[in-house]
Amino acid sequence: MSGDPKLERVAKGNALALCATGTWTASFAPVLERMVADAEQLAGSPQSIFIDVSEVAKLDTFGAWLIERLRRSLTKGPVEAQIAGLSANYSSLVDEVRRVRATPVVDGSTITIIGMLEQIGRAVAGVAGTMAGLVDMLGAVLAAGFRVLIHPRSFRLTSTVHHMEQVCWRAVPIIVLITFLIGCIIAQQGIFHFRRFGADIFVVDMLGVLVLREIGVLLVAIMVAGRSGSAYTAELGSMKMREEIDALRTMGFDPIEVLVLPRMMALVIALPILAFLGAMAALYGGGLVAWLYGGVQPEAFLLRLRDAISIDHFIVGIVKAPVMAAVIGIVACVEGLAVQGSAESLGQHTTASVVKGIFFVIVMDGIFAIFFASIGM
Amino acid sequence: MAGEIQNPIIRVRDVTVQFGATRVLDGLNLDVKRGEILGFVGPSGAGKSVLTRTIIGLVPKVAGSIEVFGVDLDSSSTSQRRNVERRWGVLFQQGALFSSLTVRQNIQFPMREYLRVSQRLMDEITMAKLTMVGLKPEVAERFPSELSGGMIKRVALARALSLDPDLVFLDEPTSGLDPIGAGDFDELVRTLQRTLGLTVFMVTHDLDSLYTACDRIAVLGNGKIIAAGSIADMQASQHPWLRQYFHGKRARAVMG
Repeated sequence: MSGDPKLERVAKGNALALCATGTWTASFAPVLERMVADAEQLAGSPQSIFIDVSEVAKLDTFGAWLIERLRRSLTKGPVEAQIAGLSANYSSLVDEVRRVRATPVVDGSTITIIGMLEQIGRAVAGVAGTMAGLVDMLGAVLAAGFRVLIHPRSFRLTSTVHHMEQVCWRAVPIIVLITFLIGCIIAQQGIFHFRRFGADIFVVDMLGVLVLREIGVLLVAIMVAGRSGSAYTAELGSMKMREEIDALRTMGFDPIEVLVLPRMMALVIALPILAFLGAMAALYGGGLVAWLYGGVQPEAFLLRLRDAISIDHFIVGIVKAPVMAAVIGIVACVEGLAVQGSAESLGQHTTASVVKGIFFVIVMDGIFAIFFASIGM
Repeated sequence: MAGEIQNPIIRVRDVTVQFGATRVLDGLNLDVKRGEILGFVGPSGAGKSVLTRTIIGLVPKVAGSIEVFGVDLDSSSTSQRRNVERRWGVLFQQGALFSSLTVRQNIQFPMREYLRVSQRLMDEITMAKLTMVGLKPEVAERFPSELSGGMIKRVALARALSLDPDLVFLDEPTSGLDPIGAGDFDELVRTLQRTLGLTVFMVTHDLDSLYTACDRIAVLGNGKIIAAGSIADMQASQHPWLRQYFHGKRARAVMG
């Protein structure tokens, strides 16, 4: 019933008639566009132009627009192209399309060297903005904390306990498993290399100091940044997108007090607990490998461990945990509240939250290392 | 083709949908005729959106069959299904615009997937669609987060119409619009149905829409269609929910 679309030229003296036939719909759009472009080229300059559409079997917005485009481009000066033979079914569609104004210029932003330099400049300036944002959030959280200290009733215990369950209790299995494996690996590598000097037993010293001072807490902090920091950012970000945070504000609640403080508290309490459990799991894993692979008896391992490490090592490790938790929490909440309306923005900020969280945790660890070295711990 | 004109454009037979133990649709039958605007009403939570989503294929059904354009969507091949999907447009309740794309990119997204046309033509058609749904061309470069609720609905409609579908599903198109905006939207749906020869399946709560825009009304209750017919049939019905709906305070206000 409907054939391929065609556009035939019939010249009658000074008049030009273009007869459109067939199906003028979206599926034939590429063919139609070419035909219309050809017709525009070949029109010449006749006295009057008719576009006869009486033989068109089917017409949709694409076809109607292309006929309208042809009509517009053939209308030059005094000569006005006319559309003839329009069936009643399609006349309203053609009228509708006639109201369309010419396309505004779409700004195609091209990549230039100046543009790239500008982006670098903006990124550098953005670093200062990031730092200011973090300090701002730290201040806001501390202020909210003091308000809660003065009015302890306004502390959201239920929320804090809920977040504790999410970031602490539910994280235990994976944290213990990973730190256990890391302990095993450290011990195995230590034994393998120390054996050449006949210094197998020193693996206990290395394991104890490394796990309690550095690796235990650092590894757990990195895992928490990835596991809970990203969750915080995504939660707060989607709440921001759905205007839930604005809703809280209009009801007279401070989002920092209601949303951020419980999350921060949960994280600050959770990270030392997780770091402790992680350190224990790593020591256990290391001890197991030392026994099975290195032949160090458990009693000898424990004796050696007692000699090798002091309570200072443990304190140095565990003191870092709440500070790292605060850094992760602040970064996650700042990023969450910075989310704009789009899904893409949520993804970008969640990524930024984890990347910045891990970066600041490592920076913190470095600062602590210098500090503890200076005070001789 | 001749058969397709006589047959209903959507034919739903004995469809049952269950979520866990709750049966939302229970042996439901419904026909939507070619070229009509069907208003679909029912109490909140009756399963209006569920039926829409079942027809589109987003919710699995336990039993029954659904034919759209004469194609049974369960037994159809992938290419048949794609062909059907290309011929329908869906307006979701919240608009469901892609938040990371501009309005122009949103409208052009289906065109890019299904058609091979030049960027110039796509831009021009986008402008045509925006004009059709009553938006200014300047809106084209904005992101969905920069639009008002009514504009989001209009852009979503423009996107639903971008491939010139034969069938559009509208899920509560006028909810959240002011009465003037809602009236304009009803008028718009009517105009587009006339100009483009659309068939419209409209889930709605808006009595004004039912009176001004719809050709036929189907009422959902207890998982079945409890009544279908013209607005006059609905008013004459003795069903208690229908009596309340069409003779309540708000209905009287609409009828004047």
